[in-house]
Amino acid sequence: MDGWLGVLIMIGLGIGFAGVMVGLSLLLGPKNPTPEKLAPYECGMAAVGDARERHSVKFYLVAMIFLLFDIEVAFLYPWALALRDLGWPGFVQIVTFFLILLVGYVYVWRKGVLDWGPVSSRVRSQRPKAA
Amino acid sequence: MFNSAFDAIVPLLCVTLAALASMSAEAFRGKGERMPIGGLGIVGLAGAAVSCVLLWNRNTSSFGVIVADNFGLFVTMTLIIVGLLTIMFSSQVLDLHDLPRGEYYTLVLFAIAGMIMMATANDLLVLFIALEIMSLAVYVLTGIRRDDQRSSEAAFKYFLLGAFSSAFFLYGIAFTYGVTGSTRLDRVGTFLAAQSMADNPLLLVALGLLLVGFAFKISAVPFHMWTPDAYEGAPAIVTGFMSTGVKAAAFAAFARVFLSAFEPFSADWAPVVWVIAAATMILGTVVGVAQSNLKRMLAYSSIAHGGYLLVGLVAANQVGKAAILFYLLAYAVTNLAAFGVIAMLGARDRANDELRDYAGLWQSHPALAALMTVCLLSLGGIPPTVGFIGKWYIFSAAVGSGYYGLAIIGVLTSVISVFFYLRVVVMMYMAERDGAPALPRVGAVGMTALAIAIFAIFYLGILPTAVLDLAAASISTIF
Repeated sequence: MDGWLGVLIMIGLGIGFAGVMVGLSLLLGPKNPTPEKLAPYECGMAAVGDARERHSVKFYLVAMIFLLFDIEVAFLYPWALALRDLGWPGFVQIVTFFLILLVGYVYVWRKGVLDWGPVSSRVRSQRPKAA
Repeated sequence: MFNSAFDAIVPLLCVTLAALASMSAEAFRGKGERMPIGGLGIVGLAGAAVSCVLLWNRNTSSFGVIVADNFGLFVTMTLIIVGLLTIMFSSQVLDLHDLPRGEYYTLVLFAIAGMIMMATANDLLVLFIALEIMSLAVYVLTGIRRDDQRSSEAAFKYFLLGAFSSAFFLYGIAFTYGVTGSTRLDRVGTFLAAQSMADNPLLLVALGLLLVGFAFKISAVPFHMWTPDAYEGAPAIVTGFMSTGVKAAAFAAFARVFLSAFEPFSADWAPVVWVIAAATMILGTVVGVAQSNLKRMLAYSSIAHGGYLLVGLVAANQVGKAAILFYLLAYAVTNLAAFGVIAMLGARDRANDELRDYAGLWQSHPALAALMTVCLLSLGGIPPTVGFIGKWYIFSAAVGSGYYGLAIIGVLTSVISVFFYLRVVVMMYMAERDGAPALPRVGAVGMTALAIAIFAIFYLGILPTAVLDLAAASISTIF
């Protein structure tokens, strides 16, 4: 436990310093609240509307698809580092993995999820009827 | 067949490829074009079935984490049967409700791939991945009727509780790894055989968390809360699929983990599972009596059947382990057929799943009423159906291991459960149809699937020896 004493002192000093500073400014600082000061800080602009509004479902779809293909890339790095050790079997495995994800990509593409902006007639014709 | 490290995953590959094929087919399907996507699924499942037969008795293993021992293959075959029947029942249902065909079949096939992986996994982490593959597909299937509020609500509840239980399960895996230094079931088993619970209190935590995770998936009391809502809200055919497939896969994994890796500690977990089994049987049956919705009633009946399966797990003698496998098959065929009937009687604007909707079914659909009666009698465990044989072996296993209390509770709850199964039969044959709208006709494919299921119910009920021998041969490989 001896070696950790310094860390404990450091944590104590950090919390104490922050507490003293915030406490002092609370006690000694002048208080002159105005509506502008109490409003949430948003880059210096006046806040417009509520933050909780409805977003297009497209954002969620894109976020989800991004996540999937991002993880695909995350697999790529360790494979690239171990490329020489894994050899051809490793190459075949990663290609198989990519092919499976490619099928998903083709599906997403054909279903029109990647079409951003006004819906073209071609895409609309392929969408399943709103179920 | 060729000998390689990939042998054991061939059934899994067949189903996965079929799922990918149906996804691509859906992607390139033109507007209004009809494609035999369900046929792709049947081909894939048939391929998986053939590879199961070829792998039988060979006890192969791929990369040490997927093992195609006879136990896993028996469950895989059960899951393939579940998949085939589901696809055959679905065709008509999908047309009726205008559900997205390609997505539906893809999700069903991915779910089955996850289930097969779960039944054959020999590593706790692979088991977890399999659980997630299966669960994610089933969550979406539950909510596939997006215009139906109950379906969406069911999917949401199922998803939240399922995600929660997955976390418990993963935590259990972490503790197991912390104590034993491995996630491989065989290594965990070897390590544990030389230990005692007193040395490792952490093992108790691991055991408890894993138990909670499994209990959620097999909807054992007190982790059954999601079951009635999810089963009632989901489309009937999906309910049939998840009440049989998910349960079979989860039970296979449960049995593999607790009867092989954690076998040395059976004296510690058996009393807990004893209590869970008794509570599950009693609650499922007693609450089931009070239901007026057929799907909800079958949901409680499914809870009760989970309890009977747990009795086999507690008994854990040779008869009990074989009985679990046989009962899983019996329950899968019977319950899926019952839900198939409900699904195919559903109309576009109303589900027709209330008990009174079945009044006088005998007059309008004589064949269907007879088939439904057979299913219900089998669920109730009345000879000469397969339900009777299954229960007989489970309870005789319990008596053989000296668990007289459990056997008595099991028999009593079975008797009570016959009440609510027979209530449907009485409704179908003795009540008059009073002004309710007419029920739809059932198509040829659906009738064929029903006929196959009914044949299986009687065949396994009258001549069970061959399959029972297979089940007995299956357990000798791992336990």
